[in-house]
Amino acid sequence: MNWEILGIWLGALLTLSLYSFLYRDNPFYKFTEHLFVGMSAGYWVIYNIFNVLRPNLWDRLTGAGEAGPDLWMIIPAVFGVFMILRLVPKVASLSRFALAMIVGTGAGLSLVTTLQTNALAQVEGTILSVTGGGLSEFLDSFLLVAGVVCGLVYFFFSKAHRGVIGGAAGIGITILMIAFGASFGYTVMARISLLIGQAQFLLFRWLPTIPLFRGLAG
Amino acid sequence: MRTILPLAITFVTGMIMVLNFFVPHRPFNSMGNSLSDWYMIVASAAIFLGAMNLLQVHFARIRHRARNWQYSPVAIGGFLLMLTAGLVTGVEEGRAFDFMFQNMVVPMGATMFSLLAFFVASAAFRAFRSSNWRATLLLVSAFVVMLGRVPIGDLLWRLVPGAASGAHPSLVTEIAEWIMQVPNMAGQRAVMIGAALGVVATSLRMIFGVERSYLGGAD
Amino acid sequence: MGGLLEKLDRIDRRFIYLLMALSVLVPLAFRLEMPIPVSPGPSMDLYEAVDALPPGSVVIVSYDYDPSTMPELQPMAVALTRHLMSRGVKIIATALWPQGASLAQNALTQISDSLGLSEYEDWVNLGYTVGGAVSVVRMGSSISAVFPRDRVGVPYDSIPVLEGVGRLADISMVIALSAGDPGIHAWVMVAQGRFGIPVGGGCTAVSAPEFYTYLGSGQLVGLLGGLKGAADYETLLKRDNPGAPGGTATPGMAAQSISHLVIMGFIVIGNIAFIAGRKRKRGGAK
Repeated sequence: MNWEILGIWLGALLTLSLYSFLYRDNPFYKFTEHLFVGMSAGYWVIYNIFNVLRPNLWDRLTGAGEAGPDLWMIIPAVFGVFMILRLVPKVASLSRFALAMIVGTGAGLSLVTTLQTNALAQVEGTILSVTGGGLSEFLDSFLLVAGVVCGLVYFFFSKAHRGVIGGAAGIGITILMIAFGASFGYTVMARISLLIGQAQFLLFRWLPTIPLFRGLAG
Repeated sequence: MRTILPLAITFVTGMIMVLNFFVPHRPFNSMGNSLSDWYMIVASAAIFLGAMNLLQVHFARIRHRARNWQYSPVAIGGFLLMLTAGLVTGVEEGRAFDFMFQNMVVPMGATMFSLLAFFVASAAFRAFRSSNWRATLLLVSAFVVMLGRVPIGDLLWRLVPGAASGAHPSLVTEIAEWIMQVPNMAGQRAVMIGAALGVVATSLRMIFGVERSYLGGAD
Repeated sequence: MGGLLEKLDRIDRRFIYLLMALSVLVPLAFRLEMPIPVSPGPSMDLYEAVDALPPGSVVIVSYDYDPSTMPELQPMAVALTRHLMSRGVKIIATALWPQGASLAQNALTQISDSLGLSEYEDWVNLGYTVGGAVSVVRMGSSISAVFPRDRVGVPYDSIPVLEGVGRLADISMVIALSAGDPGIHAWVMVAQGRFGIPVGGGCTAVSAPEFYTYLGSGQLVGLLGGLKGAADYETLLKRDNPGAPGGTATPGMAAQSISHLVIMGFIVIGNIAFIAGRKRKRGGAK
């Protein structure tokens, strides 16, 4: 059996089943949609076993490496079991301990790194943009600084947007609309790119497996 | 105890990560390292929780003969198929697990999201209205970026007499890049700084136990 | 005219879908080509940063995406991998998204086989890690603590390409190919912000605008945004290596161009119908 051709046909049939939704909702689409959800979940679990649990928990607990057994790893193992016990209503509250650890670690990390990277470094980058350059660079930098400040004023809701604050917020929302326009343009671009990818698969990999369309393979 | 202990865990783990950042020496670095190792295991358990929840939901749908329950065995079957193949054959290339990933999961995932191209087209026709001048500005910005990010923008511009031999034969690309580098960056930065301050405030509230909503739903 | 606009307003969505499909399929089927001029910008910055890496240096390429965004990110992965491998740079592949581990393997074996390189000597795929930014923090002190084994279970210490690579500080550059979170944010926040490692990125077009902020502040050395970014990289690679095989992003740019025009046409026609309808309603009210 030619496994490559079988794989291509399998992929193409599943692709066409999903595209059939564009005509209207139908059993082929629903079948494939459910299959996708189930198989994706199966993939995630397998990679978690092979790439996380086995090397990072099992090997360390049992001392499979050069080092001896690391009994401290019993703690996250117990917390992990607590997390899964969320599905058992009687003891679901135990999952709070696991959640608390996840939330605390995440909050502690993002508190400092977000402040450093997404706030302080951005302020620094905005201020430093003003240095050097000719007239057009200066105007660009001025617009950048004004845009950032006015954008932040727009997000400041503790004071009514009237007078000077209102004027600055007005400039802020105008700049934000241009930015959202750029994001919208890029979003359209992204969606079409995904369609192009699947169209390339159907045109240049699947159709050439049918003798009539062999020429498409190039 | 059911509330105090989780809040204490949040406080201690949060503070370890903060202190590990400012004092990357003993004992905080080794505490931070251990906590990171533990975090991976517990986060991994969350993925198992998700998968088991998926099974629970679909078994319940079958049991209650809920709407479209006939498809639930497909989801459960797909899950078990991948799980069995992975456990029996491993994840190496050319094995059953990898074959099913490459030829089933990949095309299904890519197609599912490529459907969005059609929905964007439909929305473009029915929803994107220039109802005021700022909305018009948004659309103009989007048009320039959409033209400037693909080759056809400049090709169209060069059809204008004198444009191809002028000082700016790639004017559309240049304007699109300017929009990205100046107004877009200004707007995105304002959003990023604002969101970052929000993250900092929320993180502090969580670490100090003011924000407790994440503990809910398990009583 | 008014009747036509009214009909347009009620047009069947499937007709719109058909036009959309044709705008992609026809340029692809007829192999329509358009030149892709690459001017100075984020794509070229990344290309030059990679080009400046000395042979033998070690980079982490993190494949933080899944099949849903593969049409945009896989061409980048292939082009970047080819560039890095052809320059003699050693690659450590990681994935903050589970399915990225398998997609990484596709790109790595495809290029490695074509260049006659070997796994574990020239590159390694460490596979998936679950913790996102927390895992990246841990890699700052020990990569093997996060990845004690590679994707298929080979112990870290027995892999030749990892000899002398203990933590992030031993890495010359991180390139994150990211479809969302965790991805570029995590690498910039931790690898660049905390450990000072240069970070380059490739991302879906959806998230490209927000990462311009990192470019402006120097936190990213370069960025490939969407299929256009991938096509830019393929073009630059082809410019410097005319014999290298082409990728899939460049042939897609003509279809991308035509469909952009079609979408813009939809927006314009939709707005004309909307404005005409509003005028009609006002006229009726009077």
